[in-house]
Amino acid sequence: MHELIDVFRSKFSNRILDELSDAAEIRLREDRLAFSTDSFVVKPLFFPGGDIGKLAVHGTVNDISMKGAKPLFISLALILEEGLELSVLERIVSSIKQASRKAGVKVVTGDIKVVEKGAADKIFINTSGIGVIGHSGKSVGSRARKGDSVVINGGIAEHGMAILNAREGLGFESGIRSDCRNLNFEVERCLKASRNISVMRDPTRGGLATALNEIASASNLGIEIHEKDIPVKPGVKRLCDVLGLDPLYIANEGKFVCFVKEKDAPKIERSMGRGARIIGKVTSAHKKEVRLRTRIGSSRILPALESDQLPRIC
Amino acid sequence: MAIAKAGIKKLLPEGIELISGPGCPVCVTSQEDIDRAIKIAGVKDVIMATFGDMMRVPGSLGSLEDIKRRGADVRIVYSCIDALDMAEKNPSKKVVFMGVGFETTSPTVAATVIEAKRRKARNFFVLSDFKLIFPALEAIAGSGRVGVDGFLCPGHVSVITGSVPYERIAKRYGKACVITGFDDADIIKGIKRLVDQIQRNESEVEIEYRRAVGKEGNVTAKKVLRAVFKPGPARWRGLGKIEKSGLKLRKTYERFDAEKEFKIKIPRPKPHKGCICGDVLQGIKSPVDCKLFGKKCDPRSPVGPCMVSSEGTCAAYFKYGA
Repeated sequence: MHELIDVFRSKFSNRILDELSDAAEIRLREDRLAFSTDSFVVKPLFFPGGDIGKLAVHGTVNDISMKGAKPLFISLALILEEGLELSVLERIVSSIKQASRKAGVKVVTGDIKVVEKGAADKIFINTSGIGVIGHSGKSVGSRARKGDSVVINGGIAEHGMAILNAREGLGFESGIRSDCRNLNFEVERCLKASRNISVMRDPTRGGLATALNEIASASNLGIEIHEKDIPVKPGVKRLCDVLGLDPLYIANEGKFVCFVKEKDAPKIERSMGRGARIIGKVTSAHKKEVRLRTRIGSSRILPALESDQLPRIC
Repeated sequence: MAIAKAGIKKLLPEGIELISGPGCPVCVTSQEDIDRAIKIAGVKDVIMATFGDMMRVPGSLGSLEDIKRRGADVRIVYSCIDALDMAEKNPSKKVVFMGVGFETTSPTVAATVIEAKRRKARNFFVLSDFKLIFPALEAIAGSGRVGVDGFLCPGHVSVITGSVPYERIAKRYGKACVITGFDDADIIKGIKRLVDQIQRNESEVEIEYRRAVGKEGNVTAKKVLRAVFKPGPARWRGLGKIEKSGLKLRKTYERFDAEKEFKIKIPRPKPHKGCICGDVLQGIKSPVDCKLFGKKCDPRSPVGPCMVSSEGTCAAYFKYGA
């Protein structure tokens, strides 16, 4: 066990962690905090564009950012299956270090447990994070407003398809890589560009369609998005077509949607950068429902994901 | 489903009605056949390999997903050859591939069976619930129960079969036939061509999906299919028994036949009370005519295949609106 702890100490030294107390002592000026937790069990552990370690940091950093908060500190808990090679653990921990550095967050407390073979699938990771709400003391809410524009920062479905291709050994040489990355700096730019952001969400499991349905339901408003405006990389679209999957329901790990007053939508699009698109708006019609305006000008309901999509032949 | 996803029905002028027929092999798989697959999956040391589509389809004993949760070894494969490779890697198990599909899919399974014979595989089996679409098309065209003026014909089946078999439907029953693809432009063009024919009182076979479908189809695929499978009777959900509409393994390949290997007797299941999947599949009734639709039957807890199948008419209505 000491060997394992040493793996951590060598990678994550900082004033708080180095105390090696049972709890991290943190002092903050702000009194409004955002606090989030998430667990990561992805298979395979390593995939094009990332790994479970990178995912574990960015996942929690992004959840805190969606509240309009600045992520500062994370905890790191690992459950290891007996027999996991030390080299694999070191690789994952290095990735966590790199990801935390990139996101500007510190790992200040952690835990490791080893369970017998078969009781866990190689490695499970939990991260929890703390962030501070902005200078104005105003956090971003969870409800959209009527008339808001919906802006997304780039192409969808890349993470889910990269994982599926890797996990199932499909052998598609698609060049599809997970979009796994930290969104906090991009979110900061958006918050600086407009004070009229009502809600932000990163569409992870269940994809864009499910995230929009959650917001429509919470807001008691309707959302309409335009098929022709939704960015999807051609390679991703083609792989989805081959497997009979809908990109709107595939997980993302480096994308977020921002609901903002219509007049500020172009500013948000510019702040998000290349690949960002205004994809729709919020309406008082069809409350709690999301509708898709198809590319031929018709309209249909876009429901939330009921259960995991299964690849189809038919 | 492609029509529902593109929202095409809403754009059609009055006077044009699209009715869904039995175009989805998952939807027309009988409860009995699903029950047989579930029973086989429950046998010790069996790995049931299936396409994802079939996992949640309910028989009278539940679904493959249900039996997987109860400990059976059921695995999703992307191709039949994956099941054969699985058999090689698991010599102490019997790997059964659940074969559901129309002519689009059955040739690849036929090719895999030929390969299985070449590899002298002893633990690989196919549970053939494959169906041929033309007997069913004839049954509907000739039944008089459904008043259709023309057929939008399945694109991928036609890649294999070619357009020639539809000529009998067109001539004998006086129905216009247009073979289309699956994207919105294909379907709209297909509908336009059908309407043009009907207005001119014609009943011809046209190929809209020219980038994939030819008159003769895929001659090699048809040859391989004929070498491995022979037509036999099959029970279609909603249509009943149709002669020469199913595919069974020929004698040369009998040893790969899961039905002969496992010899499981399945009692004829009682249809669910209130389920009108059969009428929906024939286009006689619409999902909204069903008392169970949206109440006892929805995508989370489907009663019949039309709801659980991702291509099912009821699933399309529920998800995308009528």
